[in-house]
Amino acid sequence: MELALARWIHVMAGVMWIGLLYYFNFVQVAALKAATEDGTAAGITKHVAPRALLFFRWAAVVTWLAGAAILGQHFVPAFTLQHGFAGIGIGAWLGTIMLFNVWVLIWPNQKKILGLAPASDEEKAKARRVAFLASRFNTMLSIPMLFFMAYGWQHSGVVFG
Amino acid sequence: MKNPLDSLWGTVISGLVLTLVLYVIVKNFLM
Repeated sequence: MELALARWIHVMAGVMWIGLLYYFNFVQVAALKAATEDGTAAGITKHVAPRALLFFRWAAVVTWLAGAAILGQHFVPAFTLQHGFAGIGIGAWLGTIMLFNVWVLIWPNQKKILGLAPASDEEKAKARRVAFLASRFNTMLSIPMLFFMAYGWQHSGVVFG
Repeated sequence: MKNPLDSLWGTVISGLVLTLVLYVIVKNFLM
């Protein structure tokens, strides 16, 4: 029952995390460009982005913690890619790199972009590029990450453990 | 050379290629 509960939370939080990641990359980047051109960008940067980022970064934490709970005693075998755990281990590593990017690259730079942290125009321009590339990098990583979550669960002892 | 992450299609194709590369590594060397 605990395993099912952890998996349920992992999937729900994961849907929110990756759903918002895809929202940022597939919708907001292009929308913000168009909104900047017609002078309506403030609606997104002031009201939408901060809320989306709040759920985005904390969903990432909940997803990782629930994933660690699912792995349980298989945590070390997965992260050391031991026999039978390499698939889920690759997925876990990709998710961990993505969590790092959220909290170390995306969120601190988004704070500068959105004016939640002090930054000069030059720092904002640099922050915009770093946050954009980290977000795109995570979108790229999400593709193999989701594959190995599906494939790894099927081919490791975790699902039956 | 243009950064593939600057475009959505470049990002998706890079993700698919990375998936294939990692799958081959896991299947042949780690399982």
